[in-house]
Amino acid sequence: MKRERLPVIKVARAFGPVVEGEALVSTEGFSPRYDLDRWTGLISRPGHAIFGHNIRDKILFTPSAKGGIAAGWAFYDIRGKGIAPKAFVFGVTNPVMVQGAVFAGITITEGWTPVPFGLVRTGDIVRVDPRKKTITVVRRAA
Amino acid sequence: MRLTAEEQRMLRGERGEAVKEALELQLAVGKFFGAKRFVPVTNVHMMGDIEVMGDTGKGFLDRVAKMGAKCVRPTTTNARCFDFEFVGKLGQDATEADKERAIIDRLRQMDVVTADTCINYQTLYQPHVGEHVAWGDTGTVIYANSVFGARSNFEAGPAALAAGLTGRVPEYGFHLDEHRRGTFRVELKADLDDLADWGAIGKIVGEAHQDYFAVPVFTGMRRTPTADELKHLGASLASYGSMGMFHMVGVTPEAPTLKAAFGGRKPRETVTITRRDLDRVYAGYDTGGNPLNLVVFSGPQQSLFEMKTLADLLDGKRVKDGSHVFITTSHGVKSAARELGYLQKIEASGAIVLEGVCFYILQNIAQIRAQRGWVNLVTNSAKLANIIRAHKFNTILRRTADCVRIAVTGSDA
Repeated sequence: MKRERLPVIKVARAFGPVVEGEALVSTEGFSPRYDLDRWTGLISRPGHAIFGHNIRDKILFTPSAKGGIAAGWAFYDIRGKGIAPKAFVFGVTNPVMVQGAVFAGITITEGWTPVPFGLVRTGDIVRVDPRKKTITVVRRAA
Repeated sequence: MRLTAEEQRMLRGERGEAVKEALELQLAVGKFFGAKRFVPVTNVHMMGDIEVMGDTGKGFLDRVAKMGAKCVRPTTTNARCFDFEFVGKLGQDATEADKERAIIDRLRQMDVVTADTCINYQTLYQPHVGEHVAWGDTGTVIYANSVFGARSNFEAGPAALAAGLTGRVPEYGFHLDEHRRGTFRVELKADLDDLADWGAIGKIVGEAHQDYFAVPVFTGMRRTPTADELKHLGASLASYGSMGMFHMVGVTPEAPTLKAAFGGRKPRETVTITRRDLDRVYAGYDTGGNPLNLVVFSGPQQSLFEMKTLADLLDGKRVKDGSHVFITTSHGVKSAARELGYLQKIEASGAIVLEGVCFYILQNIAQIRAQRGWVNLVTNSAKLANIIRAHKFNTILRRTADCVRIAVTGSDA
């Protein structure tokens, strides 16, 4: 049987330590104020593409950042509560998300080639390497 | 990044540990965005309250205040989550209110002006063209960039505080000419008669272009918009589209002509918005058969002119039994509205005016909603209609006079 060649995504910008974890892939943008229950880590806005999923310890893939200056404190807050993701992987983001992630010490990337939808699936184990600016699928979801 | 001698001294800790940590944060953010240097700022506006900060953020602030850190630029605070007069009446948590008081104390120790307003651009400070500032609250930033021609990125709470402590920000994004040019055109083919109409434009444009670096250029205005109209447009674009800047040809300072607005670039696309598009926005909301018993004017806080409009509309009327109307504004505007008699007319109707807060960040708002059995929230703010959904409100955008009619009758007929 031919082994699948696991994809590698290049990112344009990145900050933070190398992290490995389970991918949570959203086709919809993300805001920690609009979409997230900041006490449980659950995506709480009804109708959101990953409504009901928990971001805790995940590598969160999302195409865009939505609104919300409050993310700056929110990421630090969810880190303190132990419900932060291991990394945010954005298609396009805004300074708030970057400032918030840097302040909280959470890995963050922006810009992706190729677009990961269809290549990376929720449940896959991925490694984010900010220095190499790569995201590698380590193994597929069971 | 190239650092000046002073910045190098900051990094060595010669201006204290708090300033060192602040510059390190700014340096990491600057590197992420490819900034080449820092630029000095003249004014800082930051978000800092217990609802957004949580205990972890408060702990950070306690630590920084204890280090003796002081802001070196005029620094003001955004709307917060408590109007202390209403803690008990709203069913908010007294312990959290005490934490909020402690946060205010810490900020004042650090020379922060706790003005608690998200309309600083209308009430406190109006930067000039080309002036670099570090503002938090997305609505303030888009107004500064677009209407004043000043220069700011979205500066989240810790980033804005860092700017207050260091007096500078990394030079990227809207501090640079290249990001301030228009990227696409929006042709308006509708009379825009109400603040909600301007917010609805922001929703249509923002939802379809969720990109911080997308800069819409508006054309086709049939009259000169007011400051409050531009406020609602900007707040909505920032909320739905995460946008930090727009141009309006013949209105905003960096768009004397269409050509100047695009800075020699060609628009990626042209979007046309007609009355039918606006009608579609208003028709897109559904009550779900639940009562229309909550009407809110907030997000952004009301200007004195908005307060006057509400006073005129509510004068001699009563909010329907069982319904609630909340209005949020700044300390200064509430005080002026009292002097002018607007507040008395509003309060005589049964509406409640909260000061120094925004409705969507009220501490305990999700629990208050559940306790009071609120499902629908009617508002003339497209921004509020977007963000308050995180607390599981079903929102309905309506024009200002329609909101008041719903408050008084309970009906949208």
